[in-house]
Amino acid sequence: MLPALVQQARIHGLATRLPRIAAAVRGFASQPTEMTVRDALNSALDEELARDDKVYILGEEVGEYQGAYKITRGLLQKYGADRVKDTPITEAGFTGIAVGSAFAGLRPVCEFMTWNFALQAIDQIINSAAKTLYMSAGQINCPIVFRGPNGAAAGVAAQHSQCFASWYSSVPGLKVLAPYDSEDARGLLKAAIRDPDPVVFLENEILYGQSFPVTPEVLDKDFTIPIGRAKVMRAGSHVTLVSFSKMVGYCLRAAEQLAEQGVECEVINLRSIKPLDRDTLLASLRKTHRMVVVEEGWPQCGVGSEVAAVMMEIGFDELDAPVLRVTGAEVPMPYAANLEAAALPQISDIVKAVKSIV
Amino acid sequence: YISIPDSSALVIRIPTDYCLLASALRVPARMQVLLKQRSGIRPSQPGRRAVQVRAVAAPVKSAAATAKTPLVTPEVAKDLYYDMVLGREFEEMCAQMYYRGKMFGFVHLYSGQEAVSTGVIRLLRPDDYVVSTYRDHVHALSKGVSAREVMAELFGKKTGCCRGQGGSMHMFSSKHNLLGGYAFIGEGIPVGLGAAFQSKYRRDVLGDEKADSVTCSFFGDGTCNVGQFYESLNMAALYKLPHVFVVENNLWAIGMSHLRATSRTSGDVDPYIYKKGPAFGMPGVLVDGMDVLKVRQVAQEAIERARRGEGPTLIEAETYRFRGHSLADPDELRSKEEKARYQARDPIPQLKAYMLEQGLATEADIKEIEARVAEEVDDCVKFADESPKPERGQLLENVFADPRGFGIAEDGRYRYQQPGFSSGTAVVS
Repeated sequence: MLPALVQQARIHGLATRLPRIAAAVRGFASQPTEMTVRDALNSALDEELARDDKVYILGEEVGEYQGAYKITRGLLQKYGADRVKDTPITEAGFTGIAVGSAFAGLRPVCEFMTWNFALQAIDQIINSAAKTLYMSAGQINCPIVFRGPNGAAAGVAAQHSQCFASWYSSVPGLKVLAPYDSEDARGLLKAAIRDPDPVVFLENEILYGQSFPVTPEVLDKDFTIPIGRAKVMRAGSHVTLVSFSKMVGYCLRAAEQLAEQGVECEVINLRSIKPLDRDTLLASLRKTHRMVVVEEGWPQCGVGSEVAAVMMEIGFDELDAPVLRVTGAEVPMPYAANLEAAALPQISDIVKAVKSIV
Repeated sequence: YISIPDSSALVIRIPTDYCLLASALRVPARMQVLLKQRSGIRPSQPGRRAVQVRAVAAPVKSAAATAKTPLVTPEVAKDLYYDMVLGREFEEMCAQMYYRGKMFGFVHLYSGQEAVSTGVIRLLRPDDYVVSTYRDHVHALSKGVSAREVMAELFGKKTGCCRGQGGSMHMFSSKHNLLGGYAFIGEGIPVGLGAAFQSKYRRDVLGDEKADSVTCSFFGDGTCNVGQFYESLNMAALYKLPHVFVVENNLWAIGMSHLRATSRTSGDVDPYIYKKGPAFGMPGVLVDGMDVLKVRQVAQEAIERARRGEGPTLIEAETYRFRGHSLADPDELRSKEEKARYQARDPIPQLKAYMLEQGLATEADIKEIEARVAEEVDDCVKFADESPKPERGQLLENVFADPRGFGIAEDGRYRYQQPGFSSGTAVVS
């Protein structure tokens, strides 16, 4: 009975809301530990701040407020105001300071309250951080991480809900990562902070509170995930579902539904939008010959467009059907709850797309 | 042309000294003001002419009072003269090369403004940082980047300071701590603050007591209307960063006169930029940017202030560019009279006269410096001309410090490992 409850708890993210069950789960030696994405990010930041004193965090409300979404909870108390800096509301300015300090040898983690606000700093991200190594022909690199929640939350309307994955992934010089579960969050953030190049780290607000199992290996303080490698979350043989961030969860649930109908989906969690892992994608295509890309962002020039183009170029003979894209609707995000749901991909949309090509 | 509406279709070409003409025509006073504003020509205001040096801590004695003792030693004077002449000759050579097709794209020359670059940068240590805009050739030279490397970069050759990948607007040198070279004005200022932040962090967090490097950001009057300028003023003062804001106010942002673009500070006739410093909690200083010794005096105090940890300073240097905004600018909007006024204040003859008068150098010394510069400029052109262009394999290099950033190819190898991807000079750490 308990394992079934744990299963339920994991799916509905209840582990954090039912402490007794959570405690019982942690007490069971044979059960893996659970960790929320929020705690995963927090622990990764904590460990990297401890490991290298050139790492520091800056952003709005990261210090005394404990983080707008509590990702940096406790870090000000532990490391002091010199390393966890509250900034004024001055995105272009503080992003530029972070970039300049990275040029001069520090390793900043620059938090944006949401990636929407980074539009005010996009000049610094692209024209300074991404391009300077090239313009200086290798003399000045920028070991910076830009992080924050990306994409739609719940009812936050048009100016707080945009997904920026495709915009940043088109820029040479940037690496763009999108974690899904706690293992991704820990491993990718630690890899990003240790990376010598500017990394755009796209989190998701809805995922912050969700709990995922983590192994002792993931909890190790030197656990990193290689940038540029996708993960096969679920093996299958009939169709490949490619996704990142929150949509990976949707794809997994769609795969469960489709499995009951005899369609076995292979679910790939991209983890790294730039660079795309062509090797894993092509290997999966060779197995299934059908692909559906699922993303929250807008369709034109989205991540799905890039995956479809690349698969057509390198795997044309492997395709038995066009690469389909399940994306957000081509509208600024509406406020009304039912319209918002209609503007975002739902599990039923993924199931429908798969059924149309198998 | 400015037409006077209340006359019968009379169109008058306003000469440079419109004040005289307007009063001769008995144009009403209100119309005179309108004429001045619409012409974009600076009204001759007595306050603006007699520019005073305002030092940060104490008033600076005027040049006449210090006639007894020279402000600098002979070595320093000769170094300043050499640096300014090098800047001037280099920029003039750039113009020649551009019109001969050796240089291309956007080239923004610094001729006339040398006193600011020399006056500030020659005071800096090698570990101090400089950040600039697209008008950065002379900042690079003053900071120590060799003329050969700058000219080769402008020609787009492999031997340039950025291997031909940056160009005129993006001069970088990690060896000389020149952090760019930014085309977006205003963008470089926060980056400069970041270098200053690093210096303070190194001292406060990493415990390096000797960390006291200072950063100077150079930008123009047009930049002072960009949002990032104000964000930077706020944070520099808030975090007390060792940073000096150097405004090279040459009165023109391409064809937009500073007087048309910037609102006047309360109670003033001119839109003073230096007055914005105190509004953010730092001293603001106005200095005659055509006099290298005055600039140097003010910069010295600002740099030492920053080094002591007392925070940033805003220096507004009144200066002028003798050429257009760029080599593609026809420069039709600036009056000949204005240009002549500033040509008369050319910083190089000013310093030459001062050196001779104070006995800091002889005519022979000066001729020797000028000959040395002429030779150096000729040499750097020859070097750039004879240097090879970058090979095609250089195209994909240095996009990432870690070239695995190009990702994994369909055959399982990293793309940078595939043959023919690049010349192969990228290394994985």
